[in-house]
Amino acid sequence: MKLITIAGPPSSGKTSVILKLIECMGLPIGSVGVVKFDCLTSFDNLRYQEANIPIQTGFSGKICPDHYFVSNIDDAVQWGIRSGFQMLITESAGLCNRCSPYINGIFSVCVIDSLSGTNTPRKIGPLLKLADVVAVTKADIISQAEREVFAFSIKQVNSHARVVFVNGITGQGSFLLAKYLQQARDIQTLRDMKLRFTTPAAVCSYCTGETRIGESHQMGMMKKMEFKEL
Amino acid sequence: MIRKDLLALANDISIEDLLIEHPIVADFLANLRLDNIPKQLPLSLAIEEMDEDILQEFGLDKFGVLLSFCEFMETFSTAKNQNPAVATLTIIGGLNKSGEPENISLTISSGEIVSIVGPTGSGKSRLLNDIECLAQGDTPTMRRILVNGVELDDLQRFEMEGKLVAQLSQNMNFVMDLTVREFLYLHAKSRLTVDAEQVVEKCFLGANALAGEKFLLDTKITQLSGGQSRALMIADTAYISNSPIVLIDEIENAGIDRRQAIELLAQREKLVFISTHDPLLALGADKRIVIKNGGIIKILEITQAEKQSLNAIEELDNILQNLRHRLREGDQITVDLLKA
Repeated sequence: MKLITIAGPPSSGKTSVILKLIECMGLPIGSVGVVKFDCLTSFDNLRYQEANIPIQTGFSGKICPDHYFVSNIDDAVQWGIRSGFQMLITESAGLCNRCSPYINGIFSVCVIDSLSGTNTPRKIGPLLKLADVVAVTKADIISQAEREVFAFSIKQVNSHARVVFVNGITGQGSFLLAKYLQQARDIQTLRDMKLRFTTPAAVCSYCTGETRIGESHQMGMMKKMEFKEL
Repeated sequence: MIRKDLLALANDISIEDLLIEHPIVADFLANLRLDNIPKQLPLSLAIEEMDEDILQEFGLDKFGVLLSFCEFMETFSTAKNQNPAVATLTIIGGLNKSGEPENISLTISSGEIVSIVGPTGSGKSRLLNDIECLAQGDTPTMRRILVNGVELDDLQRFEMEGKLVAQLSQNMNFVMDLTVREFLYLHAKSRLTVDAEQVVEKCFLGANALAGEKFLLDTKITQLSGGQSRALMIADTAYISNSPIVLIDEIENAGIDRRQAIELLAQREKLVFISTHDPLLALGADKRIVIKNGGIIKILEITQAEKQSLNAIEELDNILQNLRHRLREGDQITVDLLKA
């Protein structure tokens, strides 16, 4: 089974891109499955069901979505193999501009919204920096010049990435993205494979449910901001 | 530039001087939150003073910074950003929606204008899509697009990603909060334009020549009218965007001089495709592709009779333009205005 990880900021158009992508790949119905990693709620499962695509949704809740992703990804792969898929696509939302749910050797796509601002690619971090392909959405409504500037910002952070403009409504561009995904390799398990980048660090008192504010309640891994005196 | 030269930039030149010679280095430093490193030192020495913790957040160590610096400079070296030269583009027919063959082969040279006509939903956008992704018999239409007479393999197609085709459509907007000047500079910078100042000036003058109402370099791009935006987009595509092929999807009634706009693109040796219902634009093209039921049914060359009628159409169009102008000025419309 081929595994592809797709990630991107919330509402960037991941689900639309994946739906168009699956449509474009022309694989038999039921042979491509999706696992959606989300935080609190999600309505995307309905859209996948409408398209007859097998879908599993997991909610990270109070856990960092990336930590949740790593602890469940191999189970997702096993589910995909048991279900007889030719391809499994995971969809996860980057929330803190520090997410990095990519695995060495596993094809990864970052979906990013061209309306999110020209400098956004420079702020997103490993989510964008370590992706194999960057799919830019909603570019049909901005000018050609802005597209080029946006692609330039992406290249600044990830010079290796292929940048593809995908229209999540008409599917324009998904064809080229599908072509890239043919490079994804077959896997049986992810055991002992490695993430491309560490997940956001945690384990402080607030991770474990602390709600009180103040130095005396802050324990574990903390990072303090520096305030320069005026 | 080769790796050795790139490393020399990091070893031998102070960051100060580097910034003067390659202003883009400022972006590299900002991307890694290194804006505050000592600039009088070369990068390789300055990184010794950097905070390892910050670097770690970016997944780098000191050596990694040097490596990514080299990669960054390589990516934005002018040689790597040359656009592929396209002298000709050939469309080899595939199948229409009913699976019948199109049986056509059309070669277009740079500087030529081709219009695409056909009922709504007939497949005009599909043809533009095929051109954009350089279809090689692997899209639903089975069409093949040859560049300079040769087929392309996937690797070559990927190499040309986004560099070949510039697009322009009625639905496009400016979304950045910048003035015309800032915007054009930013775009010129991203294209690594050498003489940015000159190019920006040319582009600005070109856009104003096309626009019905003039705008200033200090106007915010988001405040431009529909016509002004379209004019700026076309001038920008002509002067700054280097893509050899321009795909235009419906730009009629935008309040700009459409014919002059298209001619400007053709003069810049672009290969222009216009999908349109506008007689003035359709007949302004050298060739006309007619689409029906998802397939190309014929390719027409402009005839002498059509060229003559173009003048009459232009007169009709001028009458309408004039009416629009009068309305805008608050004049009363009289029967006389309807005469050429």
